[in-house]
Amino acid sequence: MEIARLERQSETEWHIPRHGKMRVPGVIFANESLVREMDEKVFEQVTNVAKLPGIVKASYAMPDAHWGYGFPIGGVAAFDPDQDGVISAGGVGFDISCGVRTLLTGLKPEQIMPVKERLADVLFRQIPAGVGSTGKLSLTDKEMDAMLTGGAKWAVERGYGSTEDLARVEENGWVPEARPDQVSERAKKRQREEMGTLGSGNHYLEVQRVTKIFDSTIGRAFGLSESDVVVSIHCGSRGLGHQIGTEFLTRMVAAAPQYGIELPDRELACAPITSPIGAAYLGAMRAAINCALANRQILTHTVRTAFAEVFPDIELPLLYDVSHNTCKIEEHLVKGKSMRLFVHRKGATRALGPGHPAITENLKKTGQPVLIGGTMGTASYILSGTTRSMELAFGSACHGAGRSMSRHQALRLWQGKEIVQRLAAQGVLICSRSMRGVAEEAPGAYKDVTQVVEAAHEAGLASTVARLEPVICIKG
Amino acid sequence: MSSAHWKHLPHGADVTICGFGNSKAKAFEQAAVALTAIMAQPEEVAAVESVEIACSAPDDELLLVEWLNALIYEMATRKMLFSKFEVHIGGHNLSAKAWGEPIDIDRHELGTEVKGATCTNLAVAREPSRQWRAQCVIDV
Repeated sequence: MEIARLERQSETEWHIPRHGKMRVPGVIFANESLVREMDEKVFEQVTNVAKLPGIVKASYAMPDAHWGYGFPIGGVAAFDPDQDGVISAGGVGFDISCGVRTLLTGLKPEQIMPVKERLADVLFRQIPAGVGSTGKLSLTDKEMDAMLTGGAKWAVERGYGSTEDLARVEENGWVPEARPDQVSERAKKRQREEMGTLGSGNHYLEVQRVTKIFDSTIGRAFGLSESDVVVSIHCGSRGLGHQIGTEFLTRMVAAAPQYGIELPDRELACAPITSPIGAAYLGAMRAAINCALANRQILTHTVRTAFAEVFPDIELPLLYDVSHNTCKIEEHLVKGKSMRLFVHRKGATRALGPGHPAITENLKKTGQPVLIGGTMGTASYILSGTTRSMELAFGSACHGAGRSMSRHQALRLWQGKEIVQRLAAQGVLICSRSMRGVAEEAPGAYKDVTQVVEAAHEAGLASTVARLEPVICIKG
Repeated sequence: MSSAHWKHLPHGADVTICGFGNSKAKAFEQAAVALTAIMAQPEEVAAVESVEIACSAPDDELLLVEWLNALIYEMATRKMLFSKFEVHIGGHNLSAKAWGEPIDIDRHELGTEVKGATCTNLAVAREPSRQWRAQCVIDV
């Protein structure tokens, strides 16, 4: 991105001043080298989002921002329903409520190493992953609607995990006011055989070890100490979310003129929050959030079952579950006044600060755990929300490394087998049925996650707590 | 290069697919091959089963999005891959037949699952060469 087009506010905050039809400025949180690496399209997309009706304060980009559709990936924007604010399917993304959850194992690397291959085999055999994979569960119409209403709570009631898990999931594991009746039959059919599946692309399941603790007080509160082994799962709402996203994107494109919304580009398709289509999307999107939470809960159960084959009586409590493609109603202070806003986070993690009422009692003092996924060859990070993050970007932080290269380019540069061998030499065991998928996901195709996390920390979006490095990686 | 062909263009996180042909319908067919190529090698997919698809949209560009999304839906729910397409376009309506086979993880070199077609980089247009181009970004 051309740096001369931005106004530098600090080492990690850059403004796009209001121009043309922008209603608010654009704000990019990143260090200079990340800004320079960002695509020019991020500038254009942040600017376009700033033109949408009812946007409050600013159109934000997180340090891992890259070119998306409509909103940038790594984009955050809040809308006020009382000022004709909008809701946008492209502002949430197709993989609704895609997110990360991390489980504690209580194990140390010396317990894992002697059984690493066996553990990897069991996980790989039991976790449905990759193109065309199906889960063991097939839901009836009635159970589908119950799942879409109940989320992870529904899964726990069906025996997948324990009630203690729910306090460690955003919204206690389920979003109220989901509308299964607004979810099309096609979306439900697409989901029917996909419950408890991981997916493909950048989704993964990793056994990781904690290689650094940055904040031992918060680390302890999160249950983390140096060299602990944890398990992280990255996946989303599967076919159901994708189908809802695609259907509402085109429905919103068609409906925009009827609401007098002038779209800078139709990829920004949106509808007033208070309109029938806005309400329908909101209800369907909430159902998709519940679907993603149920899906990660079922996967958690599968991981626990797999671990128990190797480590009988192991418990694997949930550290936390975050979603990074959502639109949620939240109260935020704007110019000293409390406002009820619809906060879109697309490829951005909620990062609520200490004391926030939405955080479970045990974690109230630390702020919300913020789980940042890396690549299979680098590192992942755990951060915590800060008081400052509430002021900066409605309590939001980055979500991952962010790609620096297309899949197409990655395929030209790398072979899957070579990557598996190279990572094996580094002690990372990769399990995948798709060597092409491994090549597309090569660590070199991503930005430096450490730089992204350092920028988020320095900007005050979230505070670093722990670094995790992969030991076993199951890829779709 | 033959008049009917396809390619992928680099896009940060996702994939831009492009189909070319001497008619709009042919360009739509090639865009569908490009879609399959995100998930598998189209030449490895045998055309043994067929599925009928029909959709409509207010303009050519949204018709392309509808067509690709209809295919994504059929692939996802039937767990199939398609390699051969026959598209007919009349006004704002499309009818088509897609041939393919069920996904076989032992035989197909699988890439990445596709989530949906987007309105980004969306174009259905006639090039100066008189050839039709049908393109958009696919979320993967």
